[in-house]
Amino acid sequence: MSLLHTVAKSPFERDALSSCLDLSLPGAAILLYEDGVYGALKGGRFAERLAEAAKTRALYVLGPDLKARGLGEDRLIAGVTVVDYRGFVELAAKHQAVQAWC
Amino acid sequence: MMDEDRTDEAEGGSGIVKKFMYVNRKAPYGTVYALEVLEMVLISAAFDQDVHLVFTDDGVFELKKGMETAGIGMKNFSNTYRALEGYDIEKLYVDQESLDERGLAEADLIVPVTVLSRAEMAKLMGEMDVILSA
Repeated sequence: MSLLHTVAKSPFERDALSSCLDLSLPGAAILLYEDGVYGALKGGRFAERLAEAAKTRALYVLGPDLKARGLGEDRLIAGVTVVDYRGFVELAAKHQAVQAWC
Repeated sequence: MMDEDRTDEAEGGSGIVKKFMYVNRKAPYGTVYALEVLEMVLISAAFDQDVHLVFTDDGVFELKKGMETAGIGMKNFSNTYRALEGYDIEKLYVDQESLDERGLAEADLIVPVTVLSRAEMAKLMGEMDVILSA
């Protein structure tokens, strides 16, 4: 069993994503939602760090938050899975615990 | 400056045009700041001032094209930026560095803007009489 980490704040404004990447273990899942989705932008300042994390952790982004912000899946770095609200619940249910980086 | 202010009061606020700048630094939807600044700007349009709108840092996300907010149950207010022209608010500025570090380009934006460097933005800010920021 592993943890689900959630990040809801913009990485350009807060260090939630950065701390999450530092304090999550290989095998963990990381879900970006609300302003957290900006962390997965291709060509963005966090793209490289997140792509590195994607090698050992499962990365997810909440689709409705992405769509609301005018971002298509094509704007995300490779290796990120888009989920809906149901997918969010399923992730929470199947992991041992949830750590919310807010 | 003091004399001008006194004249302003005596004439009931008419005649004096000041340089106003509204600085947008927050992404939309995650917090209410972006919408609140927009409402402040719309109110200011009634006062015939020289209004400048700046979008910097996460504020550039406010202008991203193609927002569809039905899925998060919030109102998409980005179309309102396109209506600002009708209120004679046409001075919109974005800085290149903020776009770059977010993987965005000018073509991603919903309205025409003037793209400045961060240094040019600093200079413009230095010329203002009133600055309101969120």
